[in-house]
Amino acid sequence: MPLLAGPVCLLLHHPRLSWGLATTASWIAFFIALTLLDQVLSNGTITYALGGWAAPWGIEYRIDEINAFVLLIVSGISAITLPFARTSIEYEINPRRIYILYTAWMLCLTGLLGITITGDVFNVFVFLEIASLSSYTLISLSRDPRSLTAAFRYLVMGTIGATFILIGIALLYIMTGTLNMMDLSQRIPAVADTRTVKMAFTFLIVGIGLKAALFPMHFWLPNAYAFAPSAVSALFAGTATKVAVYLLLRFFFTVFGPEFSFDVMQSDRVLLPLALVGVFAASTAAIVQSDVKRMLGYSSVAQIGYMVIGISLVSVLGVTAGILHLFNHALMKAALFVSLGCVVYRIGSTRLTDMAGVGRAMPWTMGAFVVGGLSLVGVPLTVGFISKWYLILAALEQQWWWLAVLVLVSSLLALIYIWRVVEFAYFKAPADPAREITEAPATLLIPTWLLILANVYFGIDTSLTVGVAERAAKLLMGTAS
Amino acid sequence: MATAIAVARLDQLFAAVMLFGIYSLLSAALFVVMDAVDVAFTEAAVGAGIATILMLSALALTSRTQRPVPRRRHWMATGVVVVTGLGVIYGTLDMPSYGDPNAPAHLHVVPHYLQQSMAEIGIPNVVTSVLASYRGYDTLGETVVIFTAAVGVIGRLGVVPGITAYVKSGGMQHHLILRITAKLMLPLILLFALYVQFHGDYGPGGGFQAGVIFASAFILYGLVFGLEDATAVAPSIVVRVVAACGVLLYALVGVLSLFLGGNYLDYGVLVEDPTQGQHIGILLVEFGVGMTVAASMISLFYAYASYKPEE
Repeated sequence: MPLLAGPVCLLLHHPRLSWGLATTASWIAFFIALTLLDQVLSNGTITYALGGWAAPWGIEYRIDEINAFVLLIVSGISAITLPFARTSIEYEINPRRIYILYTAWMLCLTGLLGITITGDVFNVFVFLEIASLSSYTLISLSRDPRSLTAAFRYLVMGTIGATFILIGIALLYIMTGTLNMMDLSQRIPAVADTRTVKMAFTFLIVGIGLKAALFPMHFWLPNAYAFAPSAVSALFAGTATKVAVYLLLRFFFTVFGPEFSFDVMQSDRVLLPLALVGVFAASTAAIVQSDVKRMLGYSSVAQIGYMVIGISLVSVLGVTAGILHLFNHALMKAALFVSLGCVVYRIGSTRLTDMAGVGRAMPWTMGAFVVGGLSLVGVPLTVGFISKWYLILAALEQQWWWLAVLVLVSSLLALIYIWRVVEFAYFKAPADPAREITEAPATLLIPTWLLILANVYFGIDTSLTVGVAERAAKLLMGTAS
Repeated sequence: MATAIAVARLDQLFAAVMLFGIYSLLSAALFVVMDAVDVAFTEAAVGAGIATILMLSALALTSRTQRPVPRRRHWMATGVVVVTGLGVIYGTLDMPSYGDPNAPAHLHVVPHYLQQSMAEIGIPNVVTSVLASYRGYDTLGETVVIFTAAVGVIGRLGVVPGITAYVKSGGMQHHLILRITAKLMLPLILLFALYVQFHGDYGPGGGFQAGVIFASAFILYGLVFGLEDATAVAPSIVVRVVAACGVLLYALVGVLSLFLGGNYLDYGVLVEDPTQGQHIGILLVEFGVGMTVAASMISLFYAYASYKPEE
């Protein structure tokens, strides 16, 4: 468990050693997650009572298809970005702070995994605090002084979100007297018709929406991603918002049940238009950015929009598409941020004008970026295509051809912003021809290409991802009936 | 209520911090009225005590007055606050009334805690048994939250050594009265902290409150005798090690119970007799909490006090 590794990292006080420990812990967590997913797939839901107290009195872990899958994503992204982080972080932050960074990294991982694995809503809040506090730290450790403002804005928004979630949980406890998710789902229908429960629902969804950077609550995200150290951006893009989307799924389908969430509260009618507007607004904003990291930040907001579109279709296929995109987007955004990390390592900036001509100087890095970018657009043979395909299928299933068209059109917007980077990197002459730019070192390139290969692999062989996502979706929808 | 509004209206941050302290103390009194002594104790120690000191330390690094904010932004913020406030009030309309014995919150898990905890865990303070055993994993999480906060501040401020800022060496040592009062108070505060730490099983108290009280003794020492003397007693590296060890102690108690064949954090398996095991487990984890809380608070204070802007 990374929880143990966190404090030990602080004790080690040595950059290389703490890196080694963090990486080992991540890989162990990744293998545990793999085993868990395997067990869940063959034996069904696992529960584990912490402290030996049975569920409603104590706290339990409750692992089913969906959170086993999310655990795998989170620990996997952390395990693969950490080898990259070593070289990149040494270049990007003050050497005295490196061990702090890995401590915070481990704490953040603890928080994210803790949120995902638990079956208790208050426990979710506690681990949410761990994850948020450590992510503010991770962002602010960057050398760029603007990262401080970004971290502070994130802190304010994040705290508001967390407070909303806490109010929601408190209201639920008042009405039901329990904090356990399964227990809640059984007890809520009896009191569902009260204003208190409805307000609890609203508070929870708005709070989680803030954390997930749902449009129009996304203003903290682009800056936070842009000014954080590259490896940290990759970690967040692949994990933090994904966990928030998972929470959204959990509360919609498991705790409140689809009937309450969508028939009584009609949240799909609010979420779908918001998500659509979000996709278009954020993609357009991404096109006009002059910094590539910021551009990717806006693009993340748009991609979360796709996940929410999938969820708000409220069908097995739609939810499958949402969960699939959760996994696929984690892969492609992590790959893109990691390849930008290589660019930063060599030229010290990700401004478009500074990146002019890097395509020829760093063919492997930019090659990775292009493949990742194509995946983001949704070109066949990449993971992006798979998620878009399922999303469109789900839209057509409801006879909403207009939605399918909108998804396709918005993909073109993604093509435009990726193309801008390609244009600068390959077709513009370098700003300063005298400057020698060489290819990034292998320690950075290998993790980058591993991620890219994963993008292509899961774009061709979809049996694992689609299979798990489908089972998870059925399970979520099934808890209703 | 009145204090909260005053805080929001004030430009003088120093006065605002002081009012915050009063606000916390008032809420603590409110909690006592509601019979939640443990919560009241925490609020008094954390809200009125240590939080005020830490906020003052932070102020010493920045400025005492607030920069004026354009009117327009006020309106938007007020709008959001009003909508949220109305939402909360709307939500509470259907809520069971205060003290209603038939409220769901009192009927589901609570009776089990109240009636069974004496037999299962064997300590009189139910709050402590819920905190440290039934929901022990949450408490572990909370401890990690505090540790994380300390890590964050150390990461931002405390890495670059150098003692300058407002607590200059020597501190307020030339104030005779302050010095003597502080010397008289220190042993009492430390003793009280230990009492609260180990008496949490029987009365209100426990690791969180004790840690905070313990830390405030150190901070008092640091303020009066200067940061150099304080770091001589407890060097910042030692404090950090203690903070990490506190979390580790808590987590390792859990691992130990795993190895002894129980579930994670199941103290029952620690010794032969399950109730005795619960008792020992709770003492150990509360001690871990106390260590982390105290050490984190002290290192926060160090970080603020010794901060020197980087070039």
